[in-house]
Amino acid sequence: MVPLTWYLILAAALFCVGLYAVLARRNAIAILMGIELMLNAVNINLLAFWRYTDPMVPTGQAFAAFVYAVAAAEVAVGLALIVSIYRNRETVDVDEINLLKW
Amino acid sequence: MTLQHVLFLVFGAVALGAAIGMVTARRVFHAALWMLLSFFGVAGLYVLLEAPFFAAAQLFVYMGAIGILIIFAIMLTRGMMRQRLPRVNDQWWFAGLLAAVLLGVLAWLIWQGPWPVSAAAVPEGSLHRLGTVLVDPEGYALPFEVASVLLVMSLIGAVTIVRER
Repeated sequence: MVPLTWYLILAAALFCVGLYAVLARRNAIAILMGIELMLNAVNINLLAFWRYTDPMVPTGQAFAAFVYAVAAAEVAVGLALIVSIYRNRETVDVDEINLLKW
Repeated sequence: MTLQHVLFLVFGAVALGAAIGMVTARRVFHAALWMLLSFFGVAGLYVLLEAPFFAAAQLFVYMGAIGILIIFAIMLTRGMMRQRLPRVNDQWWFAGLLAAVLLGVLAWLIWQGPWPVSAAAVPEGSLHRLGTVLVDPEGYALPFEVASVLLVMSLIGAVTIVRER
């Protein structure tokens, strides 16, 4: 069987790539894609721990299912906000969206 | 080096390589396509973890629903794609440094810890057990209902936010 550490390190790498996308990209949609990548990394961890500790107890699977639901809700609201901002401000560049900045 | 190791390396390389392609892609539409490929690699990893339900859900929910939503949003905000702006902001080097340091710390922690691993096989009907525990009041019935309420509320909210006024 593949060692658990391989899954954990791959998930950590995916999480850090997503973190870089969130912090560095200018396009709001690209930032949202980075968040999706981070949620995916978390799901890999949840399912890997479920598989490698006690597969009889479906706790890890249940949490992964909830992460799916929350990811779907998050992307729907996030994209709605981005489309709404684009209508009002004609941009999706987060450097120019500074209405709430003081 | 068994077949599982080879498949893990293949799917892991697809997931990670496509993720890196996603953050470095110049056009956001290409980034979305890379993201779909990365999701596919993760679905392969779920098959290796003997969670075929989650592999299928990954294909339907992430590659299907979320991918289509993101591509729709890119099409609706097309003006951004024509401009020749740099694709990263001024703090990109700091963000890269932070991500690299975090990866180093996480990898070090993962390498250190002795993880209590059991070699138990996945029992028959694990999907059945998951379905039971999700609607069991002793299990996750309350979070399950809260998740359904959250989904309905977010869909209503999304419609309200983008409605023309």
